[in-house]
Amino acid sequence: MAKNTLNSGKRHMGIRAANALSNTAIYIILIIISIIWLIPFVCIVLQSFRVESTYQVGYVVPKQWGWDNYAKLLTSDFKQWYINTFVTALVTAALQTVIVLCMSYTLSRFRFKLRKPLMQFMLVLGMFPGMLTMIILYRVLKDLGLTQANAVPGLILVYIASSGMGYYVSKGFFDTIPKSLDEAARVDGATRAQVLYKIILPLAKPIVIYTILTAFMGPWGDYVFAKYVSMGTSSGMNVAVGMFGWLSQDQINSSYTMFCAGGVVVAIPVTILFLCLQKYYVEGVTGGAVKG
Amino acid sequence: MKKYSDLEYLKLSKWKRFLYKIASFFASIPAGIVNGLRKIGLFFKNLGLSIANFFKDLVMTFVHGTWPTKVSYVIMGFGNVARGQILRGLLFFVFEVVFIIYMVTTGSYWLSMLPSLGVTGPHEEYNAILDTYITVYGDNSFKILLYGVLTIFFIIAFVYTWYTNIKQNRISEQILKSGKRLKSGKDDLRSLVDDQFHRTLLALPMTGIVIFTVMPIVFMILVAFTNYDGTHDGYKNNLFSWVGLDNFNTMLSMGEGGSRSYAATFGEVLTWTLIWAFFATFTNYFLGMLVAMMINKKGIHFKKGFRTILVMTIAIPQFISLLYVSKMFSRNGIVNGMLLDIQWISEALPFWEEATWARVMVILVNIWIGIPYLMLIATGILMNIPQDLYESAKIDGANAWKQYTKITLPYMLFITGPYLLTSFTGNMNNFNVIYLLTTGGPTNPSAWSGATAVGYTDLLVTWLFKMTTGAESSYYMASVVGILIFVVVAVISLIVYGLLPSVKNEEDFQ
Repeated sequence: MAKNTLNSGKRHMGIRAANALSNTAIYIILIIISIIWLIPFVCIVLQSFRVESTYQVGYVVPKQWGWDNYAKLLTSDFKQWYINTFVTALVTAALQTVIVLCMSYTLSRFRFKLRKPLMQFMLVLGMFPGMLTMIILYRVLKDLGLTQANAVPGLILVYIASSGMGYYVSKGFFDTIPKSLDEAARVDGATRAQVLYKIILPLAKPIVIYTILTAFMGPWGDYVFAKYVSMGTSSGMNVAVGMFGWLSQDQINSSYTMFCAGGVVVAIPVTILFLCLQKYYVEGVTGGAVKG
Repeated sequence: MKKYSDLEYLKLSKWKRFLYKIASFFASIPAGIVNGLRKIGLFFKNLGLSIANFFKDLVMTFVHGTWPTKVSYVIMGFGNVARGQILRGLLFFVFEVVFIIYMVTTGSYWLSMLPSLGVTGPHEEYNAILDTYITVYGDNSFKILLYGVLTIFFIIAFVYTWYTNIKQNRISEQILKSGKRLKSGKDDLRSLVDDQFHRTLLALPMTGIVIFTVMPIVFMILVAFTNYDGTHDGYKNNLFSWVGLDNFNTMLSMGEGGSRSYAATFGEVLTWTLIWAFFATFTNYFLGMLVAMMINKKGIHFKKGFRTILVMTIAIPQFISLLYVSKMFSRNGIVNGMLLDIQWISEALPFWEEATWARVMVILVNIWIGIPYLMLIATGILMNIPQDLYESAKIDGANAWKQYTKITLPYMLFITGPYLLTSFTGNMNNFNVIYLLTTGGPTNPSAWSGATAVGYTDLLVTWLFKMTTGAESSYYMASVVGILIFVVVAVISLIVYGLLPSVKNEEDFQ
């Protein structure tokens, strides 16, 4: 009996020690990972303050600090690109959210004859590379006068028009709201539209915010479509296309630090917004993956 | 292949079980394909049946119908108006009028030109006023193809509406016969926010999808059968025309006399695309899960802090982070500079300049970008695993590794099966990571595709993109590549969907 207690006590101590050891190991690994994840961002911020040279250098900490690169941004086309992207992102966020919510709510709640075929059809449609459609959309937008200097409305049109295809995540969320709520309201005489506005939407706040957030962030990172639509006209570019040019072979030596500064200016608002709404993003991402 | 019963299976040694699983995976592939083919067969059978029904309905309704119904065969909506449904009748009628006017004025022209894609190209013509030859533009192949497709869509829509109009007549007759009241225009409008609410909600999104996704895809599929490129732009330079299957032949045939062919290049790019998608998906999946488990482990503090640091890569637009990382590792970049400084290396490392280096680097950087997503997803799922499973496993003496392979991993795989598939196909088309990091480079001197250079890290999508922006702009070849991407993705999806354990019933979730 006594021997047994002693043994279990020893084992207990062993587990504790092992646990402490493994926790320390995990802390070390996590800290290393965190450092690796942060290095590029720390570097870009530091480099944006370097004023002694504008080209790539082999050290991180600037020898001379200053706001020169940021000041240069104001005199370059960057301002225009920034406004373009911001407007695009804002309008896209508003309209795309409406479209995605309409689509996903309908596919989650209504049972009509064409529902299954429609979903299968969109699945097949999604297997085509989206880039393929850009060739024709570019020509059509050009005929409509929505390219180059007028790229912003053209780009918004392209972004929102097909956004209904991305209904999966929010449909997954709507699926989790019990149907009995709808039915109770219907019994009380509410129309389908009233059910949506008065019952479902208030409950769907997380997914609405998730949709707005992803729709807003999309245009900031888009390169391909924006490049097609602006077609080399600076006043129609978004930040991605414009700043990509700064790193091209013939501009990198004069614009590298400016790119860093621009990157910081672009990243700060988006990152802050993202971190504030992180909770909703996590809910959306997790729900979407689970329900496929 | 021999199928074991559960009892027999349990008797097998570990190694044999593993082999058995692999063998049964491959053994089920033919069945999956057969299953897919059967579904396609079934689809066509149903299609045939519904077409037969369509004509039967038409004839029967005409024979048995009253005179307003019979008039509706020619003047759409007449029956509705005659029975007091003014709103519906007018809508039908207006649609018919618009359709006829369109077809007579322009539609017929586009349709008639569709087989040839234009007859008169740009040519010189003598101008008496200027007393010189000036270039006159003739037909526009691009517009002919575009509006031709549009017209065909419009005709299909018209036939469908016409059929609906007749069906409604039949239904109205039945309703009136049974002594009930027909819906008035007001009822119709009200039903748009009530029992027909789904139509209202879907109208806008579906219009967008049809115009901006379906039509362009149909158009681009057709382009694969033409010679539309930079020099045959259909208007200003030359017309383009139908070439049948020539482009597919070019893409899939071997080069002659030792010259490099599209087929060889396609094979190389496809192989790399699949390798990339495999590594990009599974490295992220397992490492992301690992990181999530580490952060979630009991007794680890700053969970939120670690997570926030990781999700920075999601928050910051990819073009900034990827472009910057790409420059960090370039020949004059910070990494090479620092390594040279501390004299670990004597000359710059060729991160993006040699095939193997570049390929490994894109996978590594993709881990940096991708782990946070997986970490978030895995965190959500891991928290849902019932804790008592682990408790009882611990009591049974299972160590951490056993717990992982017997509980965590199966649970994760079961739930994220569909996600793995979509992320695999998503990675196949992951334009951003490849293009922003390497722009497809370093150039592969032996790969050849017309005037377009192909790099060692080029995926099929980036190759497609280069084809459309290069000097030659061979749109037709880009279309062929696009169609082949579709085929590859569709085949993979079909096989995997057939094999997934969790082909779930959607209604189960609700």
